[in-house]
Amino acid sequence: MLNRYPLWKYLLLLFFAVIGIIYSIPNLYAPDPALQVSGDSSAKVIDAPVLAKMEAALKAANIEAFGGEVTAKTAMLRIKDVEQQMVARKIVQQALGDGYVVALNTAPTTPAWLQSLGASPLKLGLDLAGGVHFLLEVDTASAVAKRQEINADDMKDKMRKAKVRYASVVAQKDNQITARFRSEEARDEALSLLRGDYPTMLFTTPDSEQTAGEFTFAANFTEAGVREIEDYAVSQNLITLRNRVNELGVSEPMVQRQGRSRIIVQLAGIQDPAEAKRVIGKTANLEFRLGASPDTLVSNKEEFPFKDELMQMQRGNAVLEKQLIVTGDRVANATSSFDPETNQPQVNITLDSLGGTHMHRVTRNNVGRQMGILFIEYKTRTQIVKNAAGEDVEKMTQYVERKVISLATIQSALGVQFRITGLDNPAEASELALLLRAGALAAPMHFVEERTIGPSLGAENIKNGVDATLWGFGLVVLFMLVVYRMFGIFANIALALNLLLMITMLSMFGATLTLPGIAGIVLTIGMAVDANVLIHSRIREELKNGASPQQAIYAGYERAFITILDANLTTLIVGVILFAIGTGPIKGFAVTLIVGILTTMYASVSCSRALANLVYGGRKNLQKISI
Amino acid sequence: MTKELRIIDFMGVRHYTSALSIIIVIISLASLAINGLKLGLDFTGGTQLELLFDRPADLDNIRGVLEKEELKSPVAVLFGSDQEVMIRTQDQMKVKAQEKLTTQIAALGSGAALEGIERPARELEGFADTLVIANVSAEALQQKALFSPETYGRVEYQTREGKTLVVVENSIDSVYLRQIIADIEQATGAKIQLRSSEFVGPQIGDELRDQGGLGMLVAFALVFLYVAVQFQWKFSTGAIIGLVHDVIVTLGFFAFFHWDFDLTVLAAILALIGYSINDTIVIYDRIRENFRILRKTDPHEVINISITQTLGRTIMTSASVFIVLFCLYFIAGEVLQGFALALIIGIVAGTYSSVYICANITAALGITKEDLMPKAKAEDGTELDEIP
Repeated sequence: MLNRYPLWKYLLLLFFAVIGIIYSIPNLYAPDPALQVSGDSSAKVIDAPVLAKMEAALKAANIEAFGGEVTAKTAMLRIKDVEQQMVARKIVQQALGDGYVVALNTAPTTPAWLQSLGASPLKLGLDLAGGVHFLLEVDTASAVAKRQEINADDMKDKMRKAKVRYASVVAQKDNQITARFRSEEARDEALSLLRGDYPTMLFTTPDSEQTAGEFTFAANFTEAGVREIEDYAVSQNLITLRNRVNELGVSEPMVQRQGRSRIIVQLAGIQDPAEAKRVIGKTANLEFRLGASPDTLVSNKEEFPFKDELMQMQRGNAVLEKQLIVTGDRVANATSSFDPETNQPQVNITLDSLGGTHMHRVTRNNVGRQMGILFIEYKTRTQIVKNAAGEDVEKMTQYVERKVISLATIQSALGVQFRITGLDNPAEASELALLLRAGALAAPMHFVEERTIGPSLGAENIKNGVDATLWGFGLVVLFMLVVYRMFGIFANIALALNLLLMITMLSMFGATLTLPGIAGIVLTIGMAVDANVLIHSRIREELKNGASPQQAIYAGYERAFITILDANLTTLIVGVILFAIGTGPIKGFAVTLIVGILTTMYASVSCSRALANLVYGGRKNLQKISI
Repeated sequence: MTKELRIIDFMGVRHYTSALSIIIVIISLASLAINGLKLGLDFTGGTQLELLFDRPADLDNIRGVLEKEELKSPVAVLFGSDQEVMIRTQDQMKVKAQEKLTTQIAALGSGAALEGIERPARELEGFADTLVIANVSAEALQQKALFSPETYGRVEYQTREGKTLVVVENSIDSVYLRQIIADIEQATGAKIQLRSSEFVGPQIGDELRDQGGLGMLVAFALVFLYVAVQFQWKFSTGAIIGLVHDVIVTLGFFAFFHWDFDLTVLAAILALIGYSINDTIVIYDRIRENFRILRKTDPHEVINISITQTLGRTIMTSASVFIVLFCLYFIAGEVLQGFALALIIGIVAGTYSSVYICANITAALGITKEDLMPKAKAEDGTELDEIP
């Protein structure tokens, strides 16, 4: 029998429609402006009293707030009026004092039953939500140069130990180490000694010796070696940036690598790029010092609190010597791992050669004593003070925070590489490694792009985008209805399902919606009906050629499908290319284009055919169809 | 009930349409060569500001301020309403700010010079820039009040190796920007709100251009392959020439009318490739089918029949895409206008090329019925040949 669909196809369609509706609905609920409070360290407890304090402070300032929630690490409070969000943030920050990060956020108003199904509204890009966007370039060349300096020192060290006499070993600016020798034998000996130790380097000797009595070789990183260093530098900077950005109190900041040496930072809701730039540009420092022994002079002692509050409660302040062994700039790397023998978590630290020398000199005579690592941060505190005229003004004061992040016993003389053991759990180890690496950026960064979008502009963009989508949809629906009548209705229902599925898929993938993304949706609406147009033209043609209505419908759908597949696959190819090469707006557009093609191929064909079958299929003596 | 479709003789006019296409492409290339594309901020690097005035903006006065600052190719245009102005220049604010400070400090006399701008030392948390100034003491600088707290926020003076270091809280580019806005406020007598600002470094643009060009070539190559596999290489050639025509014509329009070519327009041009090929494939599909089922073997006749049969669909789809593009152009706001415009032009060009160019070239390359017979038969044929 022509034009009958099995029941499961209808059910599948119904299933998709229901899923589409459920996952699209959250986008209709406008989120509430909210404040989100978290502690500046993971140990800070955020509990009901904190929330009560927030509520009381806002009540005193006559700002309406509601719907407070406390989760494990954050407290969230909704604000009635979006205009008051900024003011409220200031008031809450003041009321809670230091140690808390107050962030502007939006709280979804999706009903609980939808949330429990995992349905959430689409994330909005910066052009729709407002905020700042930075693109930073990591100066990877200087990271390579720094590594070459360390390597040059290291090579000298090795040759000295192997008693190979060299004249000089110098790290040049351009990723090259040049070594000079007085004799050819010495040089060849050095080469055979060093080659195996540096697998990522290429050792070359000049074809002809320029100056008599001088023999040289050059060592360069191979392309893969350079890449490795670059990767390390960029991912290192990425981690450090993430930590700093958290300090800005932005909900869901985006810090991502882009390409070989760039990092994108997107902060929704921040309006002052200058403040963001300051925080991004700041650095912390580290100091390694000996722990005070009973015979340390009082004048050479200093007391510091622990960074970890639990440790602070257990042990009180730590007493360290004033003299420092090395500073954080000397830390080349720090990673957390497990001790292969005991399977206990540990942190491996690598210093540069100068740092290693200092470390060795101090620790070889102090085995059995303690060594503390101090974490030093320069912070700014904002206080509200009254000026001469009696107005409230913000005053920024700086202070230095020094806290001990590790206090461990020296078990042997330490060198370039050593490890800290005795950590309670892997989480503690990775946090310590993170703090150690945060000491210095692996490579300097600079800003190559900066964009700020005001919140009112974002709201306007949303409104324009939604308006354009609705108008486009409405007009296309009308157009199809006028031209194809009954089959127009089928196509329109298919189009509605297409739109639903598109929004659903974008929500499920966690895609970020941008203005070009909306353009992609609108364009898809226009292109999606193409499939139906193809089918309808085919049906009309078949009717003209004298086919019976049932046969015409059947042939129309069957024959048009190959064309639809061919045409959409080529468009899909272009969409994938756009996605692969594109950044920013192009990528956002490509995502909706690709998703749109996929949903179109399903909805336009299956849905409209199901409807046609439902209405016309199975009628034995169908004389006329409305197309 | 059976009604014979009146076949339109598309191929009959192919000499005229070919000539027309060639002329349009030549005009487009000429305007691209002469005018060049007016590249947007994404490609050139520079600064772009969106200002909201509290009264209708006076563009002449605004341009006057920009010219006085000697900004490189400044643009000031209305954006959306008559109170919104977009200002663009290819200059980097930081560079301009440094230039300005250099002249200001040199004006102090006695060899005073701004030697460089550095990042502040670690201890000076919250400060943005450190200016290294030679041959002038901190006291003298303070007296001249070059760095007032009103504009620069907190200011610290230090000395290092005989040079004076001035550490300022507000970055020099933000100070420069605010001063330009203040100048505009003064010149126009309006209150201004900065709605958005963008700074793009010069190195980004080149990469984007390379990426865009590369993307286009990859798209052409993959489309060529796909069509060659699904149809035949003669069809691929026609399709690619059609695509190149569409892209050149659209770019030509942007060059001819001096419209802004930004990243969204680039996206539109790549999307256009997708749309235009879609159109062409539908016609090709019908040509293939007709070659297989019709008895007629004259390629021109088959092509005419195929295009006529798909004409209704071509018009319908173009119309529905036009509807949404006009919605985008008129409703979605200034940001997407370039995007919509590029696609509107591109789709006219694409529809024209699908009907008049692609099939035309395929026919000129000598397409025959045998080219399109199902593959299985061709394989049989070769196998037979191999047997002696």
